[in-house]
Amino acid sequence: MDFISILSIFVLACFVGYYVVWSVTPALHTPLMAVTNAISSVIIVGALIAAAAADVPGAKWLGLLGIVLASVNIFGGFAVTARMLAMYKKKEKK
Amino acid sequence: MGSLFSTSVTPAQAGVQMTSVFRALTRSWIPAFAGTTVFGYTAPAHAATGEAVNPWVALAYLVSGVFFILALRGLSSPSTSRTGNRFGMAGMLIAVATTLVTHDIANIVEIAIAIAIGGLIGFLIARRIAMTAMPELVAAFHSLVGLAAVLVGWAAYLNPGAFGLLVGDSIGAVSKVEMGLGIAIGAITFSGSVIAFAKLSGRMSGSPILLPARHVINLGTLAAIIVLTALFAMASGHEETMPLIIALTVLAFVIGFLLIIPIGGADMPVVVSMLNSYSGWAAAAMGFTLGNTAMIITGALVGSSGAILSYIMCRAMNRSFLSVIAGGFGADDSAGGGEAKEQRPYKQGSADDAAFMLEQADKVIIIPGYGMAVAQAQHALREMTDLLEEKGVEVKFAIHPVAGRMPGHMNVLLAEASVDYDKVFELEDINSEFAQADVAFIIGANDVVNPAAKTDKSSPIYGMPVFDVDKAKQVFFIKRSMGGVGYAGVDNDVFYMDQTMMLLSDAKKMVEEIVKALD
Repeated sequence: MDFISILSIFVLACFVGYYVVWSVTPALHTPLMAVTNAISSVIIVGALIAAAAADVPGAKWLGLLGIVLASVNIFGGFAVTARMLAMYKKKEKK
Repeated sequence: MGSLFSTSVTPAQAGVQMTSVFRALTRSWIPAFAGTTVFGYTAPAHAATGEAVNPWVALAYLVSGVFFILALRGLSSPSTSRTGNRFGMAGMLIAVATTLVTHDIANIVEIAIAIAIGGLIGFLIARRIAMTAMPELVAAFHSLVGLAAVLVGWAAYLNPGAFGLLVGDSIGAVSKVEMGLGIAIGAITFSGSVIAFAKLSGRMSGSPILLPARHVINLGTLAAIIVLTALFAMASGHEETMPLIIALTVLAFVIGFLLIIPIGGADMPVVVSMLNSYSGWAAAAMGFTLGNTAMIITGALVGSSGAILSYIMCRAMNRSFLSVIAGGFGADDSAGGGEAKEQRPYKQGSADDAAFMLEQADKVIIIPGYGMAVAQAQHALREMTDLLEEKGVEVKFAIHPVAGRMPGHMNVLLAEASVDYDKVFELEDINSEFAQADVAFIIGANDVVNPAAKTDKSSPIYGMPVFDVDKAKQVFFIKRSMGGVGYAGVDNDVFYMDQTMMLLSDAKKMVEEIVKALD
């Protein structure tokens, strides 16, 4: 993909992000940080590409280490978000 | 497209607007993708292995990106938030699966083991972490994203062929700029988050560490990083580029460290949000390098999310982002607080007094702060709320945007203690109600109720929006002792008001005693 198409996606995504995040209720700002943390670990894609290729051992090991770190974040991030959100359930009135 | 963004949008309207943005996005981008992926997308990784370039791959990453947007969108209300989180997981699964399916994998077992190790650690941490420790957990997670970005950047540098970055037999200059920026932002995120983690978890003093000429050092280092990135982009061959990228990485680690050490504990909400933003930009930079839509969309989302949160936090303290970043706030805690203070009379009460007054009240507003988190008093506080409600007292919670150590910190703690979120209000929604409240119950908060922010122009917190607790008929102020001042290092007139009763004790112990007295 050429640079300009990528840049267009990036700029539009910034606008989308701007409007979506302003609509997040302040009560959920902590889960917002936890979930953004989890999704920014999509960087694992890069680590996977590096780890999948066998030709340069140095790059492969960096990739594998990257996978471990990103996985901690993905599983940890989504799990802790789910745990927090479960607490925001509406309580039944006694 | 232009008309979509030219109309001004309030957060409430954003939902309606969003769907049309989505539609416009998908409508105009899908054909573009199909076109570029077929004709313009030259990924040597695929070409080398003889695999056909597939437009569905680009589409899959786009879908994953859209799912991430939906994940954040779900957080607009607690009832849709859990669905949103599932969208996020699905998006991640799509991204990972697509990558694995479309690349020749030398050894899937190694990758599976790496994911299993990381996943297990992450899952266990997420299950065990106490809700009060959430700020340091988030900081720790940010550092991992940052480090992962550095590793991916380095891996791309060492094996550009696998990432499809080769132009002829060397890495393209544009790719090198993106790579350099990705590594630099990642490294800053990493070392900055490590310091933030150390400060938040108490492994390091929360007070600012001020180096002489720190602004000169910081700006110089930043300039050096930019120059190195440019040199790195222009250099060719491993012998020339290697020292440059090593220097770049090291300097970026150093600047991340230098940027955060002068920032004090009370400014941590801004720092955590800012690092959140950086981790997004790091992912976006890597997305540019790899030409991966999922990474770019996510990076942009996370980047703007963190930036908006930092802005909200700064606004709630009436401070400019630059002054927070420059650091040093709260450095003169002991000096400033000690000299100006005269001994003024205050009233001290007991748990029994408080319980009696609370029972008689019609309306009670509770203002929690970081002290509540430290004392873990949220569960006792909920018991007190339940007892008061049984006696027909209306209880509401008022939360200041900067209460605690990260955005929304207090809300999570109250939710953990099963306080109904309908009873929890933001500053601007509840501030007018203090005039009708019988009791304002302040637990572990200080600066956010200080009237000096409204009246005293010389005060360091002047202009910060605060709760009008002085309008309530009766104020209870739970505080460990009269000695300490808030993080801003200013005395608080609320202590000495006629209607204020100081409850000097550990927050949890005091609330438990009140609960006992109410029974």
